[in-house]
Amino acid sequence: MPINASDEDPEKARRFREAALPHLNDVYTLARYLLRSADDAEDAVQECYLRAFRHFDGYRGPAMKPWLFAILRNVCRAEYARRAAAPTSAIEDVPESAEQAPLWHEAEQTPEAQLQHRWDSDTLRRLVAALAEPFRETFVLREIQNLSYREIAEVAEVPVGTVMSRLARARAMLRSAWLAEEEQQQ
Amino acid sequence: MTCDEAEVLLHALIDGELDAGHAREVENHIADCPRCAAALRDYREMSKAIAEAGAGYTAPAALRQRIEAALPQPRQTTNRRAVLRGFAMGSALSALAASGLIAIVLRHDDVERIQSEVVSAHLRSLQAGHLTDVISTDQHTVKPWFNGKLDVSPPVVDLTAQGFTLIGGRLDYVDARAIGAVVYRRRQHVINLFVSQTSSTERRAAKIDTIQGFNIRHWSDRGLNYWAVSDLAKDELADFGEKFESAMRAPG
Repeated sequence: MPINASDEDPEKARRFREAALPHLNDVYTLARYLLRSADDAEDAVQECYLRAFRHFDGYRGPAMKPWLFAILRNVCRAEYARRAAAPTSAIEDVPESAEQAPLWHEAEQTPEAQLQHRWDSDTLRRLVAALAEPFRETFVLREIQNLSYREIAEVAEVPVGTVMSRLARARAMLRSAWLAEEEQQQ
Repeated sequence: MTCDEAEVLLHALIDGELDAGHAREVENHIADCPRCAAALRDYREMSKAIAEAGAGYTAPAALRQRIEAALPQPRQTTNRRAVLRGFAMGSALSALAASGLIAIVLRHDDVERIQSEVVSAHLRSLQAGHLTDVISTDQHTVKPWFNGKLDVSPPVVDLTAQGFTLIGGRLDYVDARAIGAVVYRRRQHVINLFVSQTSSTERRAAKIDTIQGFNIRHWSDRGLNYWAVSDLAKDELADFGEKFESAMRAPG
């Protein structure tokens, strides 16, 4: 599905590649958490990049990553709407965990570290994925994507105060889930 | 401050989004409130666990290829032109920086991003051969070296007597701008002191944050922004900053 390749300036494509492709993993990560489905996330990210390329001429900043996130979020809205219209879809209720190979190798555990709270990435992803929207979105943008409050506010189109209260709720919920998880393990 | 207020604000404290005044208020509350202190400790640990575990995903290679394939392909000549363009852009940028046309104004929401850039610059400097452009324990050698390379020369203070050895200076890039870094050593620990100009002459009290395991002490004084970055413990880095600031206030 080349985008009208004959008309487009290869120079623009080069600039776009350099600016936008380095954020692919981050955009994909956000899509995974927003949509909680690997297949839907792939589709959404591809659509996001195509839309971003189309609008790249008008792009004047601020930062590339939040800009891509805002586009991705709009793409995901459409996907939510589609799901709402097709309630028979069971995808929504299946959080993924084990299917994805871990992205890092766990360091050797020292005895001291074992006394402390520990999370493996699968547990972590499962707990985050279980958070209700929009707390999940805010939490992922802050803790995993390292956006500032103002950037989160712009991506999510809410005031900074809302970002703060959502983040407080998200962390409080996650903390309870974490403590419950620990109790189970003991 | 009530627990209800602290419950929301302590997150901004963790995320480095609070100004110094509010940060102090939250810290005062936490000192007297075991419940909020426990919450803060857990939240910090959660952030650390997430950073360590890595909760991100890697985009499948096939997705990257599909996106690549959908974009217009570059012409054969593009690579060479891109390189030339890179050079042109680089010198235009430095010319702009050198002429002082860029007012360095830190917006609050930029603070965090810049701190993480400062940490990246610190990490880069630790790679072999990157630490210093000018090596000298003599402030009268390091200071003039910066002249003409930056629109503002960072103050270079000898703190050897106070336990921090000056080892040199370096030109670095933070926030896409050239910035001076003065390098000190304490035992085996390197301290990079990054200095940039700010439009505000207001004095901003020091604040210490931790990013990726490095401590950063940030303060502003007389139109300059300072970031001291090191793997030194917080109290030692604070000590460094205080020694530096009092040396700056000393006459002569």
